[in-house]
Amino acid sequence: MPQAFALHRTTIGLKFIMALSGAALFGFIVSHLLGNLQLFIGPDAVNSYAAGLRKVPALLWVARIGLILAAIAHIGAAVKLMARNNTARPVSYKHKLSSKTTSYAARTMTWSGPIVLLYFVYHLMHLTFGVGPNYDHHNVYNNIVYGFMDWRIASVYIVSNVLLGMHLYHGAWSWLQSIGANHPRYNAMRRTFAVALAGFITIGNVGLPLSVLTGMVEPTDKSYCFTELEKVPGECEGIETPTH
Amino acid sequence: MSNLNLTLHVWRQNSPHEKGGFVRYEATDITTHMSFLEMLDVVNERLIESGELPISFDHDCREGICGACGMVINGAPHGPQKATTTCQLHMRQFKDGDEVWIEPWRAGAFPVVKDLVVDRSSFDRIIQSGGHIGARTGSAPDANEILIPKGQCDEAMDAAACIGCGACVAACPNASASLFTAAKVSHLGLMPQGQPERNDRVRNMVSQHDAEGFGSCTNHGECETACPKGISVNFIARMNRDLLKAAITAPNELTERTKP
Repeated sequence: MPQAFALHRTTIGLKFIMALSGAALFGFIVSHLLGNLQLFIGPDAVNSYAAGLRKVPALLWVARIGLILAAIAHIGAAVKLMARNNTARPVSYKHKLSSKTTSYAARTMTWSGPIVLLYFVYHLMHLTFGVGPNYDHHNVYNNIVYGFMDWRIASVYIVSNVLLGMHLYHGAWSWLQSIGANHPRYNAMRRTFAVALAGFITIGNVGLPLSVLTGMVEPTDKSYCFTELEKVPGECEGIETPTH
Repeated sequence: MSNLNLTLHVWRQNSPHEKGGFVRYEATDITTHMSFLEMLDVVNERLIESGELPISFDHDCREGICGACGMVINGAPHGPQKATTTCQLHMRQFKDGDEVWIEPWRAGAFPVVKDLVVDRSSFDRIIQSGGHIGARTGSAPDANEILIPKGQCDEAMDAAACIGCGACVAACPNASASLFTAAKVSHLGLMPQGQPERNDRVRNMVSQHDAEGFGSCTNHGECETACPKGISVNFIARMNRDLLKAAITAPNELTERTKP
């Protein structure tokens, strides 16, 4: 086993770390989007789903700690590799090197990554720590909708999610190459897989603020109270909550 | 076919630590049948006649199989023609009046020696770290003693086509030598004769690659396009897989490799 732990000393080992932590974060983003798409079903669905996530706090924290560790591993390995790659060509080409195969997404990974990280901080502030407009921790649905009704907030989400989509597109096919999952019979499918997955996530994530901006999704008048989301015990006593 | 008149901008640098720069030369009356290196020979003869120092560049076989030549021509390693070394690139690829920018490979692990000549001994050290097999001495073994499936044999030959010119490093946005190292790891690793050293080979060669200061692979695929032998990036995935397996299963710890 010590050999496996020594992997991080090689560039390829760092790429394994990036690939596997990236895959874990990818998995989260997919499930997060599937949860969020319930916005189109209605406030009852979204709010009871949000409350349901907190039913077993231990599980929630296992997932959160797992994600934080994956993010630290992903960013740590990226910083180490970037530092290395930036010094690998100390004298740059004076006549620009023509790039033939690389994609815009691949070339901007080191930009889209940090920007998306900043967006995650903003996103947590907005909807988890509650600095958004008319914040009510029992009504996740309205928090999202009120937020997106402000075009400035909505445009932050739209721009960031397009960048996230590009980051995921390169990641989705590149991680398979990095871990050596490569076979001539299936190689062509990796691009299709990446386009389909990144496309679905981007359309979903951009579709949410767009549907609020265009008035397709509107705030609800119903009030909600869930015992799982109580900040003060007994907060919800006597308040009836519509269930889905 | 009429002859060409070209404007060259050639990187001139007297020694590794001196400052270099582009110098403009007019290459007049160049026949389209010349190779790119023959065109440079003509320019050099004229420079010598006028008492100037000729442009230094590496070359040897001029048949596209030794890997000695190589320069970045108009932003493309080995020039505009796919799967072609600089020596096999013919002037018919250029038009009359073209401006041609010629630069050496740029990488920290490939320091410029003079003009277009770079020191590629980092590649030699990667080969030395693992590019060998154990074979008994004495009478030569029968050529077909060990049967190898045709597909596997072809794949090994595809990897062995690498001539070690360094175009992959030159083309890579990260100046990574992953394609070179992968080809050298794979062509022996695919053969039964290469199995005894397989785990140590990949670990040592990757470790030497890193010690030389090459960058990491970020899957741009530029190396594959620039490679005069068309080596596929699939070999990089193969090397990654080999390294993972070796790192997890190999019983022995290896000493970390260093750059001399």
